[in-house]
Amino acid sequence: MITLIDYNAGNLTSVRRALDHLGIPSRITSDPETVRRADRIIFPGVGAAGAAMSVLRQRGLDSALKEAFAAGTPILGICIGCQIILDRSQEDDAECLGLLRGQAIRFSVTDPLLKIPHMGWNAVRVTRPHPLLAHLRPGDEFYFVHSYYPQPADASQIYAVSDYGGEFPAAIGKDNLFAVQFHAEKSGPLGLMVLENFSKW
Amino acid sequence: MLSKRIISCLDVRDGKLAKSVKFVDTRDIGDPVAKAREYYEQGLDELVFYDITASSEDRGILLDVVSRVAEQVFIPFSVGGGLRTVEDCSRVLLAGAEKVNLNSAAVKNPGLIAEASKTFGAQAVVLSMDVLKVPKSAAIPSGYEIVIHGGRTPTGLDALEWAKRGEGLGAGELVVNSIDADGTKAGYELTLTRMIAEAVGIPVIASGGGGKPEHLYDVLTEGKADAALVASMLHYGEYTVGEIKSYLAERGIKIRIQKDE
Repeated sequence: MITLIDYNAGNLTSVRRALDHLGIPSRITSDPETVRRADRIIFPGVGAAGAAMSVLRQRGLDSALKEAFAAGTPILGICIGCQIILDRSQEDDAECLGLLRGQAIRFSVTDPLLKIPHMGWNAVRVTRPHPLLAHLRPGDEFYFVHSYYPQPADASQIYAVSDYGGEFPAAIGKDNLFAVQFHAEKSGPLGLMVLENFSKW
Repeated sequence: MLSKRIISCLDVRDGKLAKSVKFVDTRDIGDPVAKAREYYEQGLDELVFYDITASSEDRGILLDVVSRVAEQVFIPFSVGGGLRTVEDCSRVLLAGAEKVNLNSAAVKNPGLIAEASKTFGAQAVVLSMDVLKVPKSAAIPSGYEIVIHGGRTPTGLDALEWAKRGEGLGAGELVVNSIDADGTKAGYELTLTRMIAEAVGIPVIASGGGGKPEHLYDVLTEGKADAALVASMLHYGEYTVGEIKSYLAERGIKIRIQKDE
């Protein structure tokens, strides 16, 4: 059973539909106690870091997530859930969960042809093998929509990169936590495979 | 680098897939859910689902078709046709779409673009413009006018000005649909597409007139579009998504090729 964290940050139902399609049982919750007891957690989301953090705090989900991480529960972050696991985000200058050291940084591209947000399909290159990315081949593309990217302080926590006016981390992780900047639930068969890999991780 | 996107537009009338020529003479050509799934499996990058009768006949969006598509198709998906309020938008997003396509309602109430953008984020708001070529005038200096209600009503709005205004109001993408080219399969309107793509900082999706893979090549290079919308080419089985993409990739266009698992 995968527990999806509801903190008013969009795309929850998209992730739910993808898991249903894969035949993976899931439930949606905003209850911190359920999060603490979860077997597996997906922490999805679209939206702004400041608003996301304030809802997480209001609902007591911030401490529940920290405890679940410390207890070794497998956690998958997606999109904004790949950014607010860091210490801070430049978006809204928000203080975040701090599960990993580092911060979410705004793209600063100099090429006027590169538009912000970075939106569309882009290649993801695995830089360190990880079970969730086990099936990827060079040139495989995923769907991104974001203006900020995750930058862990410890480069060994970067598992894959993509390129948009320069390389940026597209997948990061530590121990039982893994997070992808792309929308696995909207990245076709390859994205579904990441979700399936997580269900078995 | 980002790939150029191939997007298919599923025009739906009474729950069935339809295709028009110059916006009239529509006929039913199948089940939109089955088509969406077929194109997804062929490696399509994105879908647009458009209720073509919604705005002229005052009908709501077919939410059940939207949610059935969303259960089977795991690529980004937008919905348009008859969305007049933020609540209308919210319903289609909850039914499984990532984005809303605003068209006639945005012309009548431009504040809707700003309100939707603030509520759902710019990435969820696509401004869809139906454009007709007209003689250049003081009111329409670009020579392209915005029309609404499926192409039946001229608005007096200059297409280039409207595109810039839409961006300023918070649209995250623009669909530029040439009514002159729609359904002709004679190629996209390159002059119009390029003019708008060069004037805005958000992605431009070219629509109307795609009949052969070289038309997509032309609009993605000379037309400066970020994405191309295809309908007839796919709906009548003349080409698969894979064939179009292979053609473009061989000619140096950065495009996502879906490999067999």
